[in-house]
Amino acid sequence: MSAVTDIRAGAAPEAPSIGGETVERQTWVDMPFADRMATVEFRIAERPHIVVDSELCEGCSTQACVTACPADLFVPTADGKILFNFEQCFECGTCYLACNVEGAISWSYPDGGFGVVMRRS
Amino acid sequence: MPDVAVKPTTGDTTGGSRDGTPPAAFDAIVVGAGPAGAAAALTLARAGKSVALLERGIFPGAKNMYGGVVYGRVLDHLVPNWWQDVPYQRWVSRRATMLMTPTQSLTIDYRSDRWIEAPYNGMTAYRADFDAWLAAKAEEAGATLVCSTTATSLLRGADGRIRGVSTDRPDGDLTARVVIACDGVNSFLAKSAGLYQAFDPSNFTVGVKEVLRLPREVIDERCRLTGDEGLDIEIVGCTAGIPGGGFFYTNRDSVAVGIVVSVVGLAAARVRPEKLLADLKKHPSIAPLVRDGELLEYSAHTIPEGGYDVMPELVGDRLLIAGDAAAMCLAAGIWLEGVNFAIGSGAAAGEAAAEALDQGDASVAALAGYRRRIEANFVLADHRKFRRVPHLIMSERVQRQYPPFVCDIVEKMFTVDNPTPKLGLRRWANDARRTHGVRLRDLLRDGAVGLRSFG
Repeated sequence: MSAVTDIRAGAAPEAPSIGGETVERQTWVDMPFADRMATVEFRIAERPHIVVDSELCEGCSTQACVTACPADLFVPTADGKILFNFEQCFECGTCYLACNVEGAISWSYPDGGFGVVMRRS
Repeated sequence: MPDVAVKPTTGDTTGGSRDGTPPAAFDAIVVGAGPAGAAAALTLARAGKSVALLERGIFPGAKNMYGGVVYGRVLDHLVPNWWQDVPYQRWVSRRATMLMTPTQSLTIDYRSDRWIEAPYNGMTAYRADFDAWLAAKAEEAGATLVCSTTATSLLRGADGRIRGVSTDRPDGDLTARVVIACDGVNSFLAKSAGLYQAFDPSNFTVGVKEVLRLPREVIDERCRLTGDEGLDIEIVGCTAGIPGGGFFYTNRDSVAVGIVVSVVGLAAARVRPEKLLADLKKHPSIAPLVRDGELLEYSAHTIPEGGYDVMPELVGDRLLIAGDAAAMCLAAGIWLEGVNFAIGSGAAAGEAAAEALDQGDASVAALAGYRRRIEANFVLADHRKFRRVPHLIMSERVQRQYPPFVCDIVEKMFTVDNPTPKLGLRRWANDARRTHGVRLRDLLRDGAVGLRSFG
């Protein structure tokens, strides 16, 4: 398996579910994704502010969250479910906006004082 | 909530003792200490009202990023001589719009001396700096800033009317006579109050950005800047046909580069956003600007780009909506503005709320001054004027056809094809139109929309 897949934290080896995507990724990744995310400050809450109902995800063919989440937090598994990690979330809302399975993603803001902290100069 | 100094309310007992409930702790609660919320709290505090400004981040701006210019004119009235202490990075002296294809680019690049002297036009700034600065102005005026506190829902009395917000603090209910929701693009409070008739994901874009450290002299040299001067480039045609655009701007000793794309379009194209950004960084017109930049921060945010036609009801009973929460980002192609609309709407909401509080009535009718104010100034006037533009900018034609069409015409103009004589603009345009499948009918219709909107 390529190094490109390995650098996606927590990614299952079969993660790029579309044929050829692994090769495609290798040609453009300019830095490991984990290094990219390591530039961002997160104060990790105990309570997950996003809950994914993976049962509902099983019938989803588009997996829009996997493509669109800027933090790459949604990882498809071989059995059609979605693994999800809320900890490095930008709190942007892209996942629930993109999701077309009613009720699959429950989204709220993290508790006060937790979550992403954007950089000051 | 120990760090909240609860001040007595001024004036009457709206939401208070007449029906047996205790009087409200504050005249007003403003949810969200971004530019809209800070401006609302500032105007309320100046009007002598007690106001709590709630912020879920550890400081105002902690949750905020953008694509990157603050236009300051809206501040003149709120914070006189604001440029003397605003935490700016650079004054934008060069404003460029770039049409791009994978191998071509056409840039209109305007520079003015007037933009680097007071009262200035636009500035680049870190939002974590700028938002905290504006919120501090509200605090100085007497507002109570409460950070690290998420408003979880609207608090309603036995009569069903809003009487404050619930927060995630222990004993976190906070009462007020009016609530101003400036809770950002996801707008949970406005949605829960039923002010959004429809919430259509296709009205949203997502922006991803890299801030790259570069020595100041290198930025100055690459971007042809001197002193505090800054460059802002807005780009169309750089998103692989996914509706959206790109941007590049300069901070003092870093540059920012990013893409903004339709959330729905991105998902449908099955392209990762950081790939689009990597491609933009590799484009020959951008690569020399960002080369060797060390990544300081990667970030992302969604943007409400639907404009006037998708705005929610702005006024509810004891409730006003401002800023991104009210979809007030202006995404009109050559104008991409949001912070100024947030400040303009927030300030108007604060003024209208103060006026209503003076009357002892925060009903929809009593709060009508909010809409009246922003209809009379740029906030809704600009949005109404450009209501058809977001759709045009995001169209297949503007996104996929027009950038190569225009670039090809210009390329033919400036390619010296001796001994072939110059064919002339009409011929070049017709050739380019055929090559890229641009229909004259579309061109005329889009031109008419453009003229009607921009003219």
